[in-house]
Amino acid sequence: MTRHIRYAAAFCVLLLAALLVNAARIQLFQAGALDDSPANRRQDIARYGQPRGDILVGGRPVTGSKDTGEYLRYERVYKQGPLYAPVTGFSSQRYGTTFLEHAEDGTLSGTDPVLSPFSLWNDFTRARNPGGDVVTTLNPAAQQAAFRGLGNRKGAVAAIEPATGRILALVSTPSYDPGMLSGNGPAVARSWLGLNEDPNKPMLNRAVRQTYPPGSTFKVVTAAAALDAGVITSLDKRTRSPDRYTLPGTTTTLHNATKGCADASLRLAFVKSCNTVFAKLGVDVGVTDMTATAQAFGFNDTELRIPYSVAPSTFDTSVDRAQLALSSIGQYNTRATPLQMAMVSAAVANGGQVREPYLVERTTTDRGATISTTGARPLRRAMHPSTAMRLRELMRNVVEGGTGTHAMIPGATIGGKTGTAQHGVDNSGTPYAWFVSWAQGDRDLEPKVAVAVVVEDASAHRRDISGGSVAAPIARAVMQAVLRS
Amino acid sequence: MTKAGTGTTVAADTPAPAVRLPRRSGIELALIVVAVLLSVYGYCAVGLARTGAVPPGAVGYGAGLGVLALLAHLAVRLRAPYADPLLLPIGVLLNGLGLVLIYRLDLETPGDRAAPAQLVWSALGITLFAYVVAALRDHRVLQRYAYVCVAAALALLTLPILFPAVNGARIWIRFAGFSIQPGEFAKVLLAVFFAAYLAANRNALAYAGRRIWKLQLPTGRVLGPVVAIWLVSVGVLILERDLGTSLLFFGLFVVMLYVATGRTGWIAVGLLLATLGAVAVGRTEPHVAARIQDWLHPFASIEAGQGPNQLAQSLFAFAAGGVLGTGLGLGHSTLIGFATKSDFILATAGEELGLAGLSAIFLLYGLLVERGYRAGLALREPFGRLLAVGLASIVALQVFVIAGGVTGLIPLTGMAMPFLAQGGSSVVTNWAIVALLIRVSHSAREQYDGRVAP
Repeated sequence: MTRHIRYAAAFCVLLLAALLVNAARIQLFQAGALDDSPANRRQDIARYGQPRGDILVGGRPVTGSKDTGEYLRYERVYKQGPLYAPVTGFSSQRYGTTFLEHAEDGTLSGTDPVLSPFSLWNDFTRARNPGGDVVTTLNPAAQQAAFRGLGNRKGAVAAIEPATGRILALVSTPSYDPGMLSGNGPAVARSWLGLNEDPNKPMLNRAVRQTYPPGSTFKVVTAAAALDAGVITSLDKRTRSPDRYTLPGTTTTLHNATKGCADASLRLAFVKSCNTVFAKLGVDVGVTDMTATAQAFGFNDTELRIPYSVAPSTFDTSVDRAQLALSSIGQYNTRATPLQMAMVSAAVANGGQVREPYLVERTTTDRGATISTTGARPLRRAMHPSTAMRLRELMRNVVEGGTGTHAMIPGATIGGKTGTAQHGVDNSGTPYAWFVSWAQGDRDLEPKVAVAVVVEDASAHRRDISGGSVAAPIARAVMQAVLRS
Repeated sequence: MTKAGTGTTVAADTPAPAVRLPRRSGIELALIVVAVLLSVYGYCAVGLARTGAVPPGAVGYGAGLGVLALLAHLAVRLRAPYADPLLLPIGVLLNGLGLVLIYRLDLETPGDRAAPAQLVWSALGITLFAYVVAALRDHRVLQRYAYVCVAAALALLTLPILFPAVNGARIWIRFAGFSIQPGEFAKVLLAVFFAAYLAANRNALAYAGRRIWKLQLPTGRVLGPVVAIWLVSVGVLILERDLGTSLLFFGLFVVMLYVATGRTGWIAVGLLLATLGAVAVGRTEPHVAARIQDWLHPFASIEAGQGPNQLAQSLFAFAAGGVLGTGLGLGHSTLIGFATKSDFILATAGEELGLAGLSAIFLLYGLLVERGYRAGLALREPFGRLLAVGLASIVALQVFVIAGGVTGLIPLTGMAMPFLAQGGSSVVTNWAIVALLIRVSHSAREQYDGRVAP
């Protein structure tokens, strides 16, 4: 019997050994995969177990965290949510994160290893770092001016500091309150459904994620290309261009909205926004130089991050001459985000140099110690400095006596360019009203701000729509806000 | 292993070489103090992790457990001084740890506090322990009550059929706000009966009867009654859908039959029957078929978009624990939901104490089982040996069935982790098991102290 008791004991040992081996298998070897399973809520619980870091505008947080006492404990709250939605994005327990909430998630949620002074020790103790803060470059006054200016119209505003590329305002309307998506409950699901089904697309970030035909505002680029390429040597010399331009190789003729464009000088054509002159100029410059200049301004750049990605603005490089003519006046396949057009304006204001725009000034720990700053972003020459000087003159003329007089601000030098972009099948859509501009206070050493405004469907009658009357006043309000601050 | 190859069956029956065994009561006391302190420490750790303060009841809790443990120790010291000094401290430590884990889970479920009731049951269990140790002068007395035991066991097993099913299983009886799982008590009674019957008939079992291929069958007259009782027990349990316990009874019977007869063939027959039974039940019972599907594909419900099932949640909990665990009070095993404090208590241990803590717990069970077997080996008379083997096997099999279930090693069957899990009947039963093992080990070790048992 003794022997069999021993065998039975050995059998029990075997059972316990199997348990130990199996436990080790799960806890050592499968642990990683199980921890990362999307159905495992532990990562979410840890993630929401502490308040999220804040996004700061003008030194004040525009976000916050609310302790719900639930499993996913802290929920995001937003102060002035709709105003800053295109910047902050949302942080939803259910639908993830977007924009800065997404791009800076490591800092905000505290997972960024930079936040932890002793990361090995933290791994051991399983402690989490408190979330850090993200300090933005936004100018709250400019942001509010843009938001108020757009009102309940569909549109967007982007404003940049030309010398640095700091983004001062980034507004998209109609907007929404990202706080509606913060939690996990049925109300959040309803909000999500409602926002996604809204035909006005309130969650679309029109300032950086939507491209529009830039229309006449693209003439800044065409003019820069023509001057740089030497196609135009003098602003006031007549260009040999007809009043009705037949697109090369076709029978289609191009008209002007204003009179007096025949053989107009570059200055006159720019101020009057003559389509024929710039269409022909584009063809004269040629696709190679047009492309080079457009890309120097930032078109066709798929890599731009501010730090979230920006929809690439496009200038089609494989075009025939007729298409090039249309492309050169901001139609055909030419498309630009409002941010891209602000960059065009900023390049003119900044002596031909364009800096990549950025939205995050620095990130800090929860105690305010800086952990990273956005250094000087890459500098790119968009055009000759002399070309920039001439374009500044042309843009000033537009505001002082052309289509952009609505943008005038006493005590400041303003340059601008209007645009009214056709779109839709056979141009049937209500045109987009554009205005790009820059402003330099009389006591400033350099231009303080470059702005691009687009208004999608201005409620005015179609014929009355123009960048000058609808978009320029919004740009002026933004520029005024920056100049005052 | 013994040098058994040399011996005949008769020679193998002689006990291991005799050594003079000291009483070691002081060691038992010291270990009990350690066990109580560890439990109080766990209790404080939960409070510190959750609220940043030592829980107000820590002193009372520690004192309560300490007094109970001392009472048990006194009973052992006075009435079973030669008993194995490890058995009681292991029981105290596991029971204390279980109370800590249940208290910790209570914090997550404010509407359902289980720890106070568990403490009352533990007190009852330890009192029963002290009573058994003190009142049962010699374990061989139990042999006389074999048929009382089996009658009581069958009555207890059939009783729940009269009561409504709870969560799909008819294994509870409820009265006056208490619920009792009679199957828990039945397993001890059945072990006593098996031990008595097999001890009385082991020669007949081993040598008589027909031979089928390599298996020497005992005569039906000898084997018949015990097989009948066993079949009734398992049958009743299947009717009650208590699969864990039926598996336990099955394993217990096979192990005891094997030890009693020394026929390896019984294990083969047992495995064959178990397989046949499992296939039959798995085919006919949708409840069981679902459990087997869960075991084979624990993440199927996730892929189907229905979220993780209990087993997947349990595996997540173990994985989250890793090697060192999240720390007491800092895990999220309540995600498992239903039965976190009972069937799935080990998942909380796995998550918050990690593989390290889990290994310690398994080793404690292993030690308890090993000490039981050791007592069996040291005894000379077959009833005591079979009783010790049976009781130790109950612990081993039960730990394997439930721990294997929640870690995905075998299909999940509802059972209580001995001492750890919430459940009054279970705690009381386990204390009874330890009490009997103490008695048996006292007899076993006493005979070497110059005073040979009568």
